[in-house]
Amino acid sequence: MKEPNDIILRGVTKVAVVIIFTFAINLFFSGHHNPGGGFIGGLGFAAALTLLFLSYDVESVKANFPVDFKVVTSIGVLIAVFTGLGGVFFNEPFLTQAFQYFDLPIFGKTELATAVLFDIGVAFAVIGTAMTIILTISEDR
Amino acid sequence: MNNLIILPIIIPLIFGMFMVIFRRRIILHRALSILGLAGTISVAAMLITQIQSKGIQSLNIGGWAAPYGVTMVADMLAALLLITTSVVALFVLIYAFKSIGRDKEEHYFYPLFLFLISGVNGSFLTGDVFNLFVCFEVMLISSYALISLGGEKGQLRESIKYVLVNIIASFLFLIAIAYLYAVTGTLNMAHLSVRVAEVGQDGLMTAVAILFLLVFSLKAGLFLFFWLPGSYGSPPTAVAAIFAALLTKVGIYAIYRFFTLVFYHEPQVTHLIIGIMSAVTMVLGAIGAIAYMDIKKILTYNVVVGVGFILAGLASFTAEGMTGSIYYLIHDMVIKALIFLIGGVIIAIAGTSKLKDMSGLIQTHPYLGWMYFIAALSIAGIPPLSGFIGKVYITQGTFASEYYWLGAIGLFTSLMVLFSVMKIFMNSFWGETILSEEMEKGTTKGVMLPIVALVMLTIALGLGAEGLHDYVQIAVEGLMNPSLYIEAVLGGNGQ
Repeated sequence: MKEPNDIILRGVTKVAVVIIFTFAINLFFSGHHNPGGGFIGGLGFAAALTLLFLSYDVESVKANFPVDFKVVTSIGVLIAVFTGLGGVFFNEPFLTQAFQYFDLPIFGKTELATAVLFDIGVAFAVIGTAMTIILTISEDR
Repeated sequence: MNNLIILPIIIPLIFGMFMVIFRRRIILHRALSILGLAGTISVAAMLITQIQSKGIQSLNIGGWAAPYGVTMVADMLAALLLITTSVVALFVLIYAFKSIGRDKEEHYFYPLFLFLISGVNGSFLTGDVFNLFVCFEVMLISSYALISLGGEKGQLRESIKYVLVNIIASFLFLIAIAYLYAVTGTLNMAHLSVRVAEVGQDGLMTAVAILFLLVFSLKAGLFLFFWLPGSYGSPPTAVAAIFAALLTKVGIYAIYRFFTLVFYHEPQVTHLIIGIMSAVTMVLGAIGAIAYMDIKKILTYNVVVGVGFILAGLASFTAEGMTGSIYYLIHDMVIKALIFLIGGVIIAIAGTSKLKDMSGLIQTHPYLGWMYFIAALSIAGIPPLSGFIGKVYITQGTFASEYYWLGAIGLFTSLMVLFSVMKIFMNSFWGETILSEEMEKGTTKGVMLPIVALVMLTIALGLGAEGLHDYVQIAVEGLMNPSLYIEAVLGGNGQ
């Protein structure tokens, strides 16, 4: 089969993927008080990956990004559930969150919340699920 | 606050997720799945003792107070179903070890099995209508994967039907939830009960109630069971057994929860409809069970009859009827798993599910034959086995509420059920032995342990009905007095 000549798509992808990754991470962190969060951030991340899979072929992306997305999903769910269990050890209800303000060297006064850990789990689960679905469909002939 | 309540949901989830990471370690999968179910059994046992001594337990997830956050509630009914679910699932799992095959095991059979249990447990424990929807979906998505796992022609055909029916049911479920929220402004079950009691169950509320009834009937196989015989007949035995034992029961549980806690003000409308639907279900199911000469079909129609019979107890809306229903619900979970497992072994040995092509198995497999005989008597409710006490109480309940026709249909269909299961016994075990040991397509090696254990359980449930009575009484008390549930969720209880 003839190789498609999609130099423009590949050129744009190289730049766009970096921007989308950054935006996804920005969305993820803004989620604590503003619109965004683990779900949306994870979806953004998955969108960038999908763009990579579309413009390059599945084999070369997998060679550079050797991750089994089903495992990503399960690790994400485990992080989220174990974060939820954290409260149980302090005799609080399941999924209770805690936050505290710290003075960090570069960031200054920063709020650190256990909800972010939970959100990391959600992001992993969303990335894993979305990519598993897309890759499963693409394997179908 | 009681963090134990969340454990039956997250233990299977955590163990299942660990298995996904180590995909090819089948021995690890088996060990973890046994460990996970043993964990839920012990948690359920602890919950039962706590509920017995301290009343209904609740947990506000994340510390958000009752009507605003998501509440998990464990009352005696939920806890009894929880422990039965885990025990039955454990035995079906052990059966699956020998029968399911390496290929399915590597394609995440055990994780999916545990996610299914997680969803079922979640549906029993949740105290929030939307959360109930989510737990239903967890259970259903696992069941979609399990029913199509293996990808045989028949499986794919039936799974498309199964998925379509359940998607439509879930869609209606969401609409019903939206209506309910629009009318009452809350989705917490205890709060719903208070609000509906305050404004009264007028025509609109009753219409919403009937929409919920339709949704849960589709899931439970009450009257709307057209999808059930095909879907439960096509997957491998272990999957069919767990579906028959658990999935319809979740729908039944939801009907129980809604029509004893929220919509209990107009029993002459809603509960009469449930009664009529269960009567029709019993009759149609029994006709199906008698008409077919195929083991799978006979057994799946028996599931349908069981659903109708359990809900006849709710239709009566008396303490006797409820007591009978709970006894029968527990019995039905055990016995449906058992009879599907034995049926699966018979089919595996004979290599066919057609009754005409098998006979004389009692010569080569006497133990299997007698196990089946006990299971058949139990399913029909012959004393002293476990089906008897439930049948007596349900019949008493229907007579007490003057639904004589319902009780009569229940008893008559019991005879038809007995005939249908005895038909399997006579055709497959009696007669001339046509299969020599060498010609058999499968063996009973390694699969007898769960069957013997479940037979013991049905005998124990029958003989030990007295010991179970205290717990069932607490469950019935909770069902007949919604105020206990409301008090546990909304008032005090350490929050």
